[in-house]
Amino acid sequence: MSGGRPSTAGWWLVAPALLVIGVFFAVPVAAGLLLAFTDFDVYAIARPDRLRVVGLANWGRLAHDARFWVALRNTAYFVLVGGPLSIAASLAAALLLEARLARAKALFRTIYFLPVVTTLVAVAVVWRDLYHPRHGLLNAALALLGLPAVDWLGDPRWAMPAIILLAVWKNFGFNMVIFVAGLQAIPERLYDAARLDGASAWQRLRHVTLPMLAPTFVFVGVITLIGYFQLFAEPYVMTQGGPANATLSVVLLMYEEGFRWWNMGTGSAIACVLLGIIASSTVLQLRLRTAEAERE
Amino acid sequence: MGPAGGAAAALIPRRARVRRLAAAALVLAAAGCGRGERGSAVVLWAMGREGEAVPALLPEFERAHPDVRVRVQQIPWSAAHEKLLTAFVGDALPDVFQAGSTWLAELAVLGAAEPLEPTSDPDDWFPGILDANVVEGATLGVPWYVDTRLLFYRRDLVPEAPRTWDAWLAAMTRAKARAGPDGWAIVLPSREWEPPVILALQAGGTLLRDGDTRGNFRSAGVRAGFAFYTDLFRRGLAPRSGETATANVYQDFARGFFVFFVTGPWNLGEFARRLPPDMQPRWATAPWPAPAGAPWPGVSLAGGSSLVVARTSRRKAAARALVAYLTAPAQQARFYGLTGDLPARLSAWGRAGLHDDPRARAFWIQLQSVRSTPKIPEWERIAAKIGQWAEAAARDEMTTDQALTALDRDVDDVLAKRRWLLGRREAGE
Repeated sequence: MSGGRPSTAGWWLVAPALLVIGVFFAVPVAAGLLLAFTDFDVYAIARPDRLRVVGLANWGRLAHDARFWVALRNTAYFVLVGGPLSIAASLAAALLLEARLARAKALFRTIYFLPVVTTLVAVAVVWRDLYHPRHGLLNAALALLGLPAVDWLGDPRWAMPAIILLAVWKNFGFNMVIFVAGLQAIPERLYDAARLDGASAWQRLRHVTLPMLAPTFVFVGVITLIGYFQLFAEPYVMTQGGPANATLSVVLLMYEEGFRWWNMGTGSAIACVLLGIIASSTVLQLRLRTAEAERE
Repeated sequence: MGPAGGAAAALIPRRARVRRLAAAALVLAAAGCGRGERGSAVVLWAMGREGEAVPALLPEFERAHPDVRVRVQQIPWSAAHEKLLTAFVGDALPDVFQAGSTWLAELAVLGAAEPLEPTSDPDDWFPGILDANVVEGATLGVPWYVDTRLLFYRRDLVPEAPRTWDAWLAAMTRAKARAGPDGWAIVLPSREWEPPVILALQAGGTLLRDGDTRGNFRSAGVRAGFAFYTDLFRRGLAPRSGETATANVYQDFARGFFVFFVTGPWNLGEFARRLPPDMQPRWATAPWPAPAGAPWPGVSLAGGSSLVVARTSRRKAAARALVAYLTAPAQQARFYGLTGDLPARLSAWGRAGLHDDPRARAFWIQLQSVRSTPKIPEWERIAAKIGQWAEAAARDEMTTDQALTALDRDVDDVLAKRRWLLGRREAGE
């Protein structure tokens, strides 16, 4: 390399990547942020003079919009209940797969992973039948147990649990694969030592497996949190946010405002709020983990 | 959701991904070639079934216009509205496109639609449908096919179609008593805004006031219509969970699980196809009953699709000729045969043999008294709000009056920009 200092050469090397990131990520994000301060709508598409800069008014309107608060509450419900449930299911599946007695591990790993790579729209067709109030498999099972039938997708109290169940089933395979990798990285000698010390299976799980999985937990927790905050496809195809807004999520509301009603201003404002929530809760989660790690 | 997409990408081996990218690039290149070809053809966007059926009508048009080629692109209904807007923004609109009649006001604001000559024989069209295509004095679309909603019912269980609200209510009460706790008198799709709006219009209500700049939902007429609607749920005549209470509308209708159903002409064919043969003589259609003091039938909504010429089209003469051809009586009658879509032209009904069909007869009567929804670009949003608050009242989460108060507040908010624009226009003049 003859001309230029090493640092210049470095910049040239990363320039193509930076350019692509700039054009397809930074510019749209900045444009979205700017849009959030305007009332860009169907009137303004053809006539820019009908665009008003409204400052923080979009957020002011959101603060008074009952549906926005419902969407926030529903999303929090989904993240706080669905997230831990999903991680627990992934961990349980991973432990089962890695158990000494397990046979045909590769087969089961594939089967458990299948929902992750299956198209949600196809899955939704099947799950709508499972959830059917009169002919669904789920209600048939309830009837066998002598329990009353539930109108899963038609009753506002049950619609979100139904969506959570679907999302957990659909997504647990992804985290499971990561947990399996984490479990395989734990040296066998630690278990041998624990066994020599007379630790029971539960104690080995509690004091060897879980602490050794801590870094995996951080990764899985953050990824799941970010993914679950962006709840969209499940209610979009299963319930369209209903019944009575019981499954309306923040992203679904954003989609409606931005692309159905073409209120890009309001839609961008919602996107900013979601970005803030996801960023701050990710930071919070990482802080908690660090504090925990220092205590131990 | 996030993790799923990431997972899929992570699982695909890198080489496969490269190959996929190459394939995508080829597709893009092919699309680029397509654009060059566009110069010689009139491009028509049609949705769903219409998009599948319309090519059959085109050879005759191309024979009559040897210098014009027509290229049909099918657009799925679910994405049609978004696609038209994005195409407008990206300056990629086709020459002619199908548009739901309630979208015309939006197209007018955008300036996306080329104003057309008013029809030379207005007596050959349903007046309410024709009116729906005129926005602020300009004809923006030509009706292609029409639809409206009315009652489908079991004629073996309801001997005579009710003509007044009172008679209808009595018939529904009897039907519910016969059906018992597991059945219903009527099924109304829970989130659809059409039934409460139709009832409000029948009761003489006007949905918006002050030049369509404010909600008028607490006025007497609208209130009466909404009260009738929510009463259907409160009296237990209709299931609160709407159509999800039925597994399969057709099977449950055949079983007598419910007696009345509010729907449109697309279900004429479905009912004929899906109901068992012994059920065929036992169902019928009827125009809406009217409240006391109003003429029968009660009004319904002007629906259907129009054909629109894009203002950006560079082949406007050919585009207009195509629209005139597709909306001529002969083609409308053929189109009915292909799709079951009801013709917008009166003379096409005779050609298609529709006057001999008693179930189509109810639509013929109903279509003489249909009205369009307010012709403002905000209407779809307002309609969604109506559906939302009507559902809240139907589910007994609040009283009808509380729902209407909330609706007025929301609608005033939606119309804030329209008030600003009109105020500015007045100040400017």
